[in-house]
Amino acid sequence: MSEKPLFVTRWTPASKLSAAIAVATIAALSLLPLFFGANVTERLTTLFVYIILAVMWNALAGYAGLVSVGQQMFFGLGAYAAIRLSYSGMNAYAATVAGALLAGCTALPLSSFILRLRGGEFAIATWVIATIAHLLVNFDPLIEGETGKSMIALNAYDATARQAINYWITLAAMVLFLILVFALLRSRVGAAVQAIRDDEHAAASVGVRVMAAKRLIFIVAAFGCAAAGALWLATALTFQPRTYFGIQWTAYMLFMAQVGGLGTFEGPIIGAAIFFVLEDRFGATGVWYLVGLGLAATLFALLLPRGIWGTIEDRYGIQIMPVGYRLRFASTGGKSSKQTTRWSARANGDPHRV
Amino acid sequence: MIWLDQVIQGTLLGGYYALIACGLSLMFGVMRIINLAHGDFAILGVFAVWLLVVQTGISPFLALAAIIPLMGLLGWALQRWVFERSLRAGPLVPLLATFGLAIVIENLLFEAFGADTRSLAPEIGDLAFDSWVLTDRISVGHLAVLTFATAVVVLIGLHFFLKWTVLGRAIRATAEDPDTAELVGVNSRAVYALAAAIAVATTAVAGTFLAMRATFDPYSGPAQLIFAFEAVVIGGVGSLWGTLVGGIVLGVAQSLGAQIGPRGFLLTGHLIFLVVLAGRLFLSGVDSHAVLRRGLPGLNRSRSP
Repeated sequence: MSEKPLFVTRWTPASKLSAAIAVATIAALSLLPLFFGANVTERLTTLFVYIILAVMWNALAGYAGLVSVGQQMFFGLGAYAAIRLSYSGMNAYAATVAGALLAGCTALPLSSFILRLRGGEFAIATWVIATIAHLLVNFDPLIEGETGKSMIALNAYDATARQAINYWITLAAMVLFLILVFALLRSRVGAAVQAIRDDEHAAASVGVRVMAAKRLIFIVAAFGCAAAGALWLATALTFQPRTYFGIQWTAYMLFMAQVGGLGTFEGPIIGAAIFFVLEDRFGATGVWYLVGLGLAATLFALLLPRGIWGTIEDRYGIQIMPVGYRLRFASTGGKSSKQTTRWSARANGDPHRV
Repeated sequence: MIWLDQVIQGTLLGGYYALIACGLSLMFGVMRIINLAHGDFAILGVFAVWLLVVQTGISPFLALAAIIPLMGLLGWALQRWVFERSLRAGPLVPLLATFGLAIVIENLLFEAFGADTRSLAPEIGDLAFDSWVLTDRISVGHLAVLTFATAVVVLIGLHFFLKWTVLGRAIRATAEDPDTAELVGVNSRAVYALAAAIAVATTAVAGTFLAMRATFDPYSGPAQLIFAFEAVVIGGVGSLWGTLVGGIVLGVAQSLGAQIGPRGFLLTGHLIFLVVLAGRLFLSGVDSHAVLRRGLPGLNRSRSP
């Protein structure tokens, strides 16, 4: 095999086609409020928030190997900052955007401390810091402990306009973060964080700037989760610390990323869609629904660690959005030309992977 | 005087934290797993104890003695079916799998027992409130002292077990280097299962003492995990006696914080954890990887990173 010349490709005809379909889908989605009512747009807004959360958690855990149990902190702080700004007289949607940005900024000082921790220490330290953020928000007289507050400033818009704006702004945020993560993962940073995930010391020894790469992913994920929180508030209208800082957000993110396919770009989007449908069908069963989510996440982690999309990708070598590299053997025969392999495949994968 | 009282109460509370933390520490020291369902096992154990107590009317201590082997069995089974599998898949999978497991346990308990908060305090009679009066301002509860004494006994027991018994030696050898331990005839699978059994069994003890002192409900587990983890980190990861030191530091910080304000209890506890963590990271200059890889200090003498 080694005599054959190798080509590195990123785009394939299939991925070009699917990227075109993705663009067309987004264009169609942006026109949707003109044709459908509030019940459709409101539900899709929820789905978009789930997708943002799943993609962010996947970027952290699936690509950078940072299992955070504390992303609800940014979710909660995003909503909190938005409501605080709106009560200081800011326009509701300006407060939503500014709140998300402000809350995301907390990741900057935090990252230099928390990213020095690894594995379980990182997981629990993020959780503790999220708990501290929750306790501190409780001190705010505006929030009155666990009582919470409503985003009254949104009354400036009538319900129909509000739903449409929420839909568009959430769609825009989702597309923005998808593009951002896609670009990041395709760049050197994407290769760097995956190298760190697989072996941090080895990555450092070949010149990967470990801290800078991890920090970039951590900060993007913080902004994403903060935006998700602020947007969730715009739809839900009421801010209650316990709901926004709840650990269940991490459980949801874990489920979506794990089931969809941790460490794949498409996986968490599929996971979010599955979660959305499951919540619609079984959300009313309450406890059993949560038991099922936990069980599914555990079983997937143990039995199908690459998730639904990761398994499909491994088996058939297809990738819709090309974040990795493909090695193609220039062939004389027909068969070997199909032998494509993903550069980003995990180090402990099959030996034939590069 | 009131501050001295808080220090004493905090120290005794540290005994409980050592009880909940020693299993987490053992599991981490031997298998390098951080079990995110650790606190939920404690709550599962105490629900089993509570059920036995209200069904048969026996003393919680007797019920605990009956539940401990069952929890050990559960730990053994979990190691075989969950942890062992997840360990092979890399360092992240145990975190993901145990977090999923935590959600399952909490919600199954909720389904079975509902949201009521319960306590074992009514079941232990005078022990719940009797105390020794030291001065007119300071008195220490019998239960708090008993908890602390139990923690010390459990730690001494674990210490001697690991140090002097054949099985303990096998555990230490496997913690140091599982492959080499296998070469000299240690069955590392059995050793891991034994360590998991001991770790999960200790959570039942911790849970029962929690329930005698305070209340519990199906969702009490995560908070216990956080306290346990904080005690482990403050005392030094992987060290059994460190969990007692860490537990006492955490307990004292919380008690002093509670004296300052109503939310101070949790806040100062979390803050002392972060301060210790940050201090260790920045002062020593070593990254936490080195700290984590050092394993069980005092048990395995040299473990190069």
